[in-house]
Amino acid sequence: MTARQVAAMTRSKEVSCEEIATAALDRIQAVEPQIRAFITLMADQAIGRARDLDRRLASGENPGPLCGVPIALKDNLSLQGAETTCGSRILKGYVPPYNATAVDRLLAAGAIPIGKTNMDEFAMGSSTENSAFFPTRNPWNTACVPGGSSGGSAAAVASGQVPVALGSDTGGSIRQPAAFCGIAGLKPTYGRVSRYGLVAFASSLDQIGPIAREMGDIALLLGVIAGADPRDSTCAARPAPDYDAALRADVKGLRIGLPREMFGQAVQPAISTVTRRAIQVLEDAGAKIVEVSLPTLDYALPVYYILAPAEASSNLARYDGVEYGVRADRSQDTIGMYMTTRDQGFGNEVKQRILMGTYALSAGYYDAYYLKAQQVRTLVRRDFTRAFEECDILAGPTTPTPAFRIGQKVGDPMEMKLADILTIPANIAGIPALSIPCGQVDGLPVGLDLMARPFDEETLIRCGFTFESATHHHLQRPEISA
Amino acid sequence: MTARETEYELVLGMEVHAELLTESKMFCSCSAAFGGAPNSHCCPVCLGLPGSLPTINRRAVEFVVRTALALNCEISLHSIFYRKNYYYPDLPKGYQISQYGPAAIGTGGYLDIEVGGAVKRVHIRRVHLEEDTGKLFHVPGGKSHVDYNRAGVPLMEIVTETPPDMNSADEARDYLTRLRAILVTLCVCDGKMEEGSMRCEANMSIRPIGSAGLGVKTELKNINSFRTVYRGIEYEFQRQREIVESGGRVVQETRRWDEARGATAPMRAKEVEEEYRYFPEPDLRPLDLDPEWIDEIRRTLPELPAQRKRRYIEQLHLPSYDAGVLTSSPAMSRFFDTAVDLYPEGSKVVSNWLMGDFSRLLNEDGIEINESPVTPSMLVEMIKLIQSGIISSRSGKEVFEEMHRTGQPPDAIVKAKGVTQIGDESAIEALADQILSANPDVVEKFRSGKEGVIGFLVGQLMKASQGRANPEMAQRALRSRLSKD
Repeated sequence: MTARQVAAMTRSKEVSCEEIATAALDRIQAVEPQIRAFITLMADQAIGRARDLDRRLASGENPGPLCGVPIALKDNLSLQGAETTCGSRILKGYVPPYNATAVDRLLAAGAIPIGKTNMDEFAMGSSTENSAFFPTRNPWNTACVPGGSSGGSAAAVASGQVPVALGSDTGGSIRQPAAFCGIAGLKPTYGRVSRYGLVAFASSLDQIGPIAREMGDIALLLGVIAGADPRDSTCAARPAPDYDAALRADVKGLRIGLPREMFGQAVQPAISTVTRRAIQVLEDAGAKIVEVSLPTLDYALPVYYILAPAEASSNLARYDGVEYGVRADRSQDTIGMYMTTRDQGFGNEVKQRILMGTYALSAGYYDAYYLKAQQVRTLVRRDFTRAFEECDILAGPTTPTPAFRIGQKVGDPMEMKLADILTIPANIAGIPALSIPCGQVDGLPVGLDLMARPFDEETLIRCGFTFESATHHHLQRPEISA
Repeated sequence: MTARETEYELVLGMEVHAELLTESKMFCSCSAAFGGAPNSHCCPVCLGLPGSLPTINRRAVEFVVRTALALNCEISLHSIFYRKNYYYPDLPKGYQISQYGPAAIGTGGYLDIEVGGAVKRVHIRRVHLEEDTGKLFHVPGGKSHVDYNRAGVPLMEIVTETPPDMNSADEARDYLTRLRAILVTLCVCDGKMEEGSMRCEANMSIRPIGSAGLGVKTELKNINSFRTVYRGIEYEFQRQREIVESGGRVVQETRRWDEARGATAPMRAKEVEEEYRYFPEPDLRPLDLDPEWIDEIRRTLPELPAQRKRRYIEQLHLPSYDAGVLTSSPAMSRFFDTAVDLYPEGSKVVSNWLMGDFSRLLNEDGIEINESPVTPSMLVEMIKLIQSGIISSRSGKEVFEEMHRTGQPPDAIVKAKGVTQIGDESAIEALADQILSANPDVVEKFRSGKEGVIGFLVGQLMKASQGRANPEMAQRALRSRLSKD
């Protein structure tokens, strides 16, 4: 069932919220041992909340558009009273005393948080293998990764444990796992959704976004979480439009640009083929296809690997064992406490990125790395602005390959990072981007990546909906063997 | 050949941190009030909890703009917050959000100081905004506690220009006094050095007088009162002079003033510039100020100490010295202004009382003028009692002390003490008759030409009146009677 269907049924009292929550927990119990999407399950709280919603429904209240919808939250989203680890040992035991704004809005709309999902530690990774606790498995093939860093959220939705989930996307962390798991994932425009309560990885790139099976749920969730927030000054003041109005199969006259650089050598030919066939579907529906160029696209990855670690090196400085989380106990003095805590608390990928970022910000290197990267970021942005003069949507593959096997790229960090080469540019430019399932290669899903002008999520939703109306890819379900 | 001694001069610059008197903190809505139970003024933002984000307190920006304008700075309409990264347990986020380098709200200002009658312009490099840290408490057993109530309180930093303009401890003290008067007048900081709401660091080097170069500088911290500013700087000047005169070299370092020892001691060597990895704070948008808003702040600035001093001299005709003393403390000049409003023709006599007996009592008690129960109207009332002859100026001093101790109004004190002058003609005449009939021999002496004895008779009359008779009237009454027959 989709979130829309669930909410419609609970609100018409066809089914109780408690029945919905119980069914979700049953499904989790059945498939979770194979998938391992959740770090924390909140069965008791979910049932309690469901009963509370049922009481409110019984007294004639309307709890909102997500009434009774079970939702999975990536473990970097603050939910009051629920342990929030970010997939890291260093935050083991940390329980936030407040809700993220996006989470607050979900709760106000009647959603039921079911659990906190697995992720690469501090969202640094593309396979969820960097979780300090365990890897999550791809529902389509449990020998494969679900992608990352929002791998737990994507796998939870794809395996039918929950209809919808929230993830966060810094360089592709919603879209890449959505593509690998055969579902839809949207990274909104930077500033569309408040980041308040999202544990920061790279502040100028992070965005929270919805993960779902269908565009109807993407629109529904985005409508709930988007909009101005006085607690986040980087969040845009403009109110969220009615995204439901964008749920119409109509792309007539829409110009879809295919950036030459997104179909390059790094992309597996089979992926290119599936993607082009998907774009053909939109052309058949009346869209105009134009070829465009984004000459600076190749620089997005190096820019990302300077800016994101630089910001992360500072954002992660607060994990020092003083206030919360884990404190290494055998330390003698303050410096010793910091060093042991951080040495034991962080995994290798996080340490590497902190070192890279610290280096990039150091006196004598700042101009050559951080400042230069900011300048190149401006050029990448300009490229996109120019491209959007020629078209309304940019389309290409979400990933260069389908999901890879667990352990396959662990020894090759460069190969691992190339998994994000097609998704990172949207974060660098701050524009919205959507991945939708558009076919399969070797029994593994392939994602179509659509990008739009800033704050034009509506056109993305309209394209996605048009594609869904003409195809069946979003209806494919993996078989999970017990 | 005799070695000629080289005379050295001090070269001194200053960084002043002022905690702003905003109701809420710099980046969240927690109370910025001093004190409170440990960690009671805290929220996810000022605790730096994962996922929390800062938002700029507009009031704090306004306070900095006010100060920057009062210090004759250029106001940057576009400024940026940076992250200053370093590790310390009182720093919840592992970085301090601060304006850095040229990215300050105010730049290129000045403050005129006056020492020994000479006016000197101290140039100000920048006035910027940042957040305060928490406070560490070390307890026995090697443990430490952190209180984050102060974490995130808006802090304004005022930095003098390099190369520095000041050359003595007197100048430094005067600079701080005037700066404090401005901050207090603007109501942006309470200026309490002892409570740490105004903190200062001095950087100092010495050079032979006449030389233009700059020596190796030391930074002096932990100077938390006006007294220690002077003592600490004098000590450090002397220490550096002794090192150089004995052929040594001053080491670049940070030193702290040790009040107990009355000396400075090294804190940490500062051979290399510390590595703070500054970069623009990505959680905040740049600070863009509306020029119209700046103009409005400029228009609504209160009268500043320098303008006030000029007014005292030009309009109230006070001596420059009086005007300087009265305007060095905003509380004092506020008191003065209110008193003069009540008694416009009495500016000089009010000033005399403020600079004389009142200042003496305040100094004895170690309090500020607004902490004394004496109000401007009480002082004016008392002065009027003296001027109308109801009490003598000698009993005035007594009445004033009593007002200061008890807060009682002057007329009540006068009544209770019975110090009202007897100014009633008939009462004094009756006393005169009484004294003359009691001292026939002295009357004889007077009449035989020894007019000096009148003093004795006046003394007797004053004694009989318990000192309350108006002495001039007493003399007049006695004389008229003695010359009658």
